[in-house]
Amino acid sequence: MSLLNDTGKYILLMKRVFVKPDRWKMFFRQFPKELEKLGLQSLPIVAIISVFIGFIMTMQTKLNTSNPLLPVYTTGLVTRDTLLLEFSSTILCLILAGKVGSNIASEIGTMRITEQIDALEIMGVNSANYLILPKIIAFVLMMPFLVIFSMALGIGGGYFVGVLTNIMTTGDYLVGIQYAFIPYYVFYSILKSMLFAFLISSVAAYYGYYSYGGALDVGKSSTNAVVNGSILILFFNILITKIMLN
Amino acid sequence: MIEVKNIDKSFDGNQVLKNVSAVFETGKTNMIIGASGSGKTVLMKSVIGLHRIDGGRIEYDGRNLPDMRMSDIRILRREVGMLFQGSALFDSVSVLENVMYPLEMFSDSTKEEMIDRAYFCLMRVDLDEKAFGLAPSEISGGMQKRVAIARAIALQPKYLFCDEPNSGLDPKTSLIIDRLISEITHEFDITTIINSHDMNSVMEIGENIIFIEQGEMAWQGNKNDIFHVDNEALNNFVFASELYKQVKKANQ
Repeated sequence: MSLLNDTGKYILLMKRVFVKPDRWKMFFRQFPKELEKLGLQSLPIVAIISVFIGFIMTMQTKLNTSNPLLPVYTTGLVTRDTLLLEFSSTILCLILAGKVGSNIASEIGTMRITEQIDALEIMGVNSANYLILPKIIAFVLMMPFLVIFSMALGIGGGYFVGVLTNIMTTGDYLVGIQYAFIPYYVFYSILKSMLFAFLISSVAAYYGYYSYGGALDVGKSSTNAVVNGSILILFFNILITKIMLN
Repeated sequence: MIEVKNIDKSFDGNQVLKNVSAVFETGKTNMIIGASGSGKTVLMKSVIGLHRIDGGRIEYDGRNLPDMRMSDIRILRREVGMLFQGSALFDSVSVLENVMYPLEMFSDSTKEEMIDRAYFCLMRVDLDEKAFGLAPSEISGGMQKRVAIARAIALQPKYLFCDEPNSGLDPKTSLIIDRLISEITHEFDITTIINSHDMNSVMEIGENIIFIEQGEMAWQGNKNDIFHVDNEALNNFVFASELYKQVKKANQ
């Protein structure tokens, strides 16, 4: 019952979000701020995690595929496809659900409990559209760049394993990452990450917008945003993979 | 003028407002008073349209709010200013930008005209010019209330709502804020509705007072009438302190 109620409220909120802004000027004032806050400020965490995951994935793959019957390019190929297909879209989005989702939910939730959203409504502003639309669009548009950035750094991290350790040659790795490359995987990864970006930002905005009470309740909204955003990512990952890679 | 006719409001089967009717007059400070939990905040939020009422009429100069579509309500709200209990200033922008916000959102003025208007409003509430560029968190509670009043009057509203305007302020600052609201009401001929349980405010600026008790309108009058009322609930509420008991005795 609660799930149905939440779904209904979420859809009604999105109906209020996706309308023409009262003033485009105000939208375009908010939009670059959101690009910076949700996109550019996520670059450090994306960079750190991607490099280290690329690094460790290459090491683990090499250590667990030491069979001489396997071709030498296996490690590079597995690292590349894992990054392209899952890490740089799904896992990255799960991480960003924590960072961006909690940021959005707590920001909007704090505005709710300090009556700033009521103030906007009293002024006659469509607060849902004014506050949420720039966040969703900014995050969805930044996501492809974050994904490509993550793929590049992850693959780069794997390359450094070859340079810094002796477990494989960089030549073997370079052959592996180019072997049987399917460009469609990049498209698939970007497309699903954009869907995840929409889910993260809209679900977090929903929980923030309907916060009530005090600081503790904003914390709960933030937690709900992250947990439910993550569950939706996992669910839609199966769905979109079935549709796009079947 | 705002006229409230026979309004009811319930939450989860619990009736909070029962057949409330009242008239809020133009150019006067209309006060809604009552004990905590009496329903005065619900009444104010219902009048503004933040709560949807179960029955009755809320007429803004003849325009019935419950009959309006959301788009029409938004247009009506551009004629409304509101001073929130916690000021509700946007904390990500400066004091000046807070006051400019409604102008940028709804007026077609040039940037210079908007700045001029925001300066006028901030000067009108006697805010120190040094504070204009500061963030709301960098100024005192009293100054925040002034900024909130300046923002509320930026679009020259016909209706001004004040929810507990003195909450968290010292008696002297409370008096200054009360007088400011009263002056602005008379100067710009605004229909002002103040939700308060501060008796100093009631005695200072209460031109039209509505007493709510357990969700019902129990009395309506002005600050002079209040000394001669035989409504027990109202007397218990207004003259709860020793000081006001003595004031009442002196007045009788």
